[in-house]
Amino acid sequence: MSSERSEPNEPGLSFGGGARAVLPLTIAVAGFGISYGLLARSAGFPPLAAVVMSGTTFAGSAQFASASILEAGGAVASAVTAAILLNARYGPIGVTVAPVIGGGFWRRFLTAQLVVDESWAVASRGDGTFDRGRLVGAGLLLYAAWTSSTAVGALGGGFLGDPNVLGLDAAFPALFLALLWPQFRTRRALAAALLGAATAVALVPVAPPGVPIVSAGVACLVGWRR
Amino acid sequence: MSEAWLVVALVGGATVAIKAIGPVLLGGRPLPGRVQSVVGLLAPAVLAALVVTSVLASGRDLVLDERLIGIGAAVVALVFRAPILVVVVAAAVATATARALL
Repeated sequence: MSSERSEPNEPGLSFGGGARAVLPLTIAVAGFGISYGLLARSAGFPPLAAVVMSGTTFAGSAQFASASILEAGGAVASAVTAAILLNARYGPIGVTVAPVIGGGFWRRFLTAQLVVDESWAVASRGDGTFDRGRLVGAGLLLYAAWTSSTAVGALGGGFLGDPNVLGLDAAFPALFLALLWPQFRTRRALAAALLGAATAVALVPVAPPGVPIVSAGVACLVGWRR
Repeated sequence: MSEAWLVVALVGGATVAIKAIGPVLLGGRPLPGRVQSVVGLLAPAVLAALVVTSVLASGRDLVLDERLIGIGAAVVALVFRAPILVVVVAAAVATATARALL
């Protein structure tokens, strides 16, 4: 499959392009970072623990799930299992971006940590290849927004209120859909999207959160092998 | 060590490892042809799964709520070829408005 694109691929340009692409989302990310900080405090996390978690795990859904379970009096094992299931998708996602993450061990290791749904999505060229500059630019901006807003929330900044009141939770699927939209032009990608969506919806009621998303990826693999 | 710090260490360690494994083992080289053609389909499949779960899922329940109105606004914006910023803002504003009115 050819990956010809007319736009230049200079690292500096695509780095800024990636940061600009996720800029509208950083407000939403910061809103949820603050509410994660608040939730973590009420679940018994010291402020430093909440910030360290955002800096190492750097994955919103897993952090919300594990803090909610602890807050509701759940066991450490259930909190950890739920978070790992939610983050299992980053295994296959890491394989998709591996070709553009080069360099020595530490460079590959650290760049990989900047991969989250949003940075991965804006780095996708739509043909199975990825742009390293956009991945890093978007990832660094999201990382800064997520960790700093967690600190604000954990130190008691509840002034923003519930981000859902502002509709910020709808910003994430809108971004993913906007990035998926141009790919609907090819039949294979459209088929994969429909199969992935159907698999995920079918599994939501019967599988723990996170499993439907990983299974959507597996379903497209099975469909391709046939 | 408190329960909170234990969760931070275990989840953080596991997530860092999950994210690192692909790029550390395979980084900087083109994927084998067969794997690459699967990867080309993985992005639309996982993105579509993220869209439907973040619109319809609430824990293990499927619910139709104001988020659906937000994604509807995003679709309208996309049909009119609006830039991504407009698509994202339209979804948030439509959802917030629906929550305030309904």
